[in-house]
Amino acid sequence: MSAPSPVEVEPTTTPDEVTRPAKPWVTIVWNDPVNLMSYVTFVFQKYFGYDKAKAEKLMMEVHRDGRSVVSNGSREEMERDVQAMHEYGLWATMEHDR
Amino acid sequence: MSAFTRHRRSRRIIAHFAGFEADLLRSLAAQLVELLRNEAAVPRDDLDPLEAMLDFSGPESEPEDPVLARLFPTAYQHDEEAASEFRRYTEGGLRDGKAAAAVSIIDTLEEAGLPFELQEDGLVIDVELDEPAAETWMRSFTDLRLALATRLGVEDGDEDYWSTLPDDDPRGQAHDIYQWVGYLQETLVAALTD
Repeated sequence: MSAPSPVEVEPTTTPDEVTRPAKPWVTIVWNDPVNLMSYVTFVFQKYFGYDKAKAEKLMMEVHRDGRSVVSNGSREEMERDVQAMHEYGLWATMEHDR
Repeated sequence: MSAFTRHRRSRRIIAHFAGFEADLLRSLAAQLVELLRNEAAVPRDDLDPLEAMLDFSGPESEPEDPVLARLFPTAYQHDEEAASEFRRYTEGGLRDGKAAAAVSIIDTLEEAGLPFELQEDGLVIDVELDEPAAETWMRSFTDLRLALATRLGVEDGDEDYWSTLPDDDPRGQAHDIYQWVGYLQETLVAALTD
């Protein structure tokens, strides 16, 4: 398990894509009918260290849009984040951000 | 109804439960522990008993019980192999953590004076938590609420449905308990951010 390294990039890609920062994975939190808005905000502040405004914005995205990208990074980092969200009882998944 | 508050001077999180409330919380927590420990992480019919005893690897497929499936969601929605791998590395530890959190609720209530079998009327259980313990309770309340909601089939915007159920409907009573734990959790989050 490792993040794709730049050598795997197709030779046809443009230099711009090659030098894109290596943060190709995202953690997504999905809406559920159970978790309290205050609790979800608390978790985003506590675990990610986001300020209240950012945590509330992400919480509202989950609530309103059904999902929100709450963090991005390497595959290993996102696996840690997803695991932490599951510890908190939030419904989280991860995917490769293309 | 009891609620959590932060004690001004000690900064600890406190709550006073009626005996029956503490007893109810203990029983919910105990059921969660039972589910987390007893429900096989993944059925393995192919193993002989000794092999099963020595199998320390984690589960690879989603739990069959809907509550467990909600507590341990599939991390990769479009990649079965990665999802299995993730589950194998994380589910065991997550289960242990959630069980330990529920056990700590039971232990705290009993240390605060909740008898093994509640008989006495008018008993009050005073709970006093430091910040890490309060966060453990808060997380465990989520697990309890997810378990109750999954069993009940709670959905967004279904409050009217539950309020129309007759008083003696056990599902309505279970929903009242679900809402009560939600209220406790709401006050706990507020106390922690106070």
